Amino acid sequence: MINLDQQLTKNKPISNMSQFFYGVKSALPITLGYLPLGFAYGVLARNAGLNLLETVMMSILCFAGSGQFIAISLFSNNVAAGAIISTVFLVNLRHLLFSASFVPHLRCFKPGILALITAEMTDETFAVAINHYNNHEANLYYHFGLNITAHLSWILASLLGGLAGNLIGNPEDLGFNFALPAMFITLLVLQLNSKKTVLVAGLAALLSVSIAILWPGNWNVILATVIAATLGVLLEPWTSKF
Amino acid sequence: MDKQILIIILGSAIVTYLPRMLPLVALSRTELPKPFLRWLSYIPAAVLAALLAPEILMPNDKLVFTGNPYLIAAIPSVIIALITRSMGLTILIGMVTMVLVQRLM
Repeated sequence: MINLDQQLTKNKPISNMSQFFYGVKSALPITLGYLPLGFAYGVLARNAGLNLLETVMMSILCFAGSGQFIAISLFSNNVAAGAIISTVFLVNLRHLLFSASFVPHLRCFKPGILALITAEMTDETFAVAINHYNNHEANLYYHFGLNITAHLSWILASLLGGLAGNLIGNPEDLGFNFALPAMFITLLVLQLNSKKTVLVAGLAALLSVSIAILWPGNWNVILATVIAATLGVLLEPWTSKF
Repeated sequence: MDKQILIIILGSAIVTYLPRMLPLVALSRTELPKPFLRWLSYIPAAVLAALLAPEILMPNDKLVFTGNPYLIAAIPSVIIALITRSMGLTILIGMVTMVLVQRLM
């Protein structure tokens, strides 16, 4: 376990148990981020009118930080279920790319296993796993150790937040209203790895605000994302000269 | 259990699972066209910026640049995120700044 990294690079056989616990260990930085975020989700969900069972059930079935926050925030603004689910879908579209990027690493496994492994694919578990697979062979025990640990910490944090939800008066007084923007800031900063991406992000931000002002409703995110990404591709002959 | 909430939870679960599962399972046997991959590669940054900008600049659905606590809390958060690239620390600093700004304003 201690020298697992060394063993892995030397291509010695490693027990499945060691792989699993290496996955658990790799998930620990993720759980640090999930605890305050899941707690904030739990508090906000209870304040939006979900009971404890519903609050925890959503974390078990969805395991999607931003998706859950968006759903709760729209629900508390009395947005219709269809519009909420469509927006959550849009927010999750980025996972199409993540999922596609796993193809070269995980294509050797059976589709049934892949269907199971992707159920717990979040921005964070994806980022950690894809980084690991850059210099290690894919391993199901490692992957499930990582996924299950991250998911359990998310469920636990939601439960604790859900329990505290009724005790804490107004979550805004404790700064919980900034948990979601702070998470988006981190994820966006991690995405901005080229001038092209910075340009697309800037366009998306400008379009999103402009559309929200001109056309209230929740279409700004969908439209701004699709237009900015399309412009990103169309402008590539020009932007690649930077 | 509230029927409306149940529909939202189950619907969200399905639209969360499908984008995670379908590409890997379906494409583990095929190649994607290059322009589509380029387009997909811009989606993460674009959707995050599109979500974040109104959240920070339009707290009550109106564009506010001065005395906006979200905009103020965003400044140290961006700096911490750029330096540490840590989500936990960025959330912590952002929330603490938010509390301080709301108390002082």
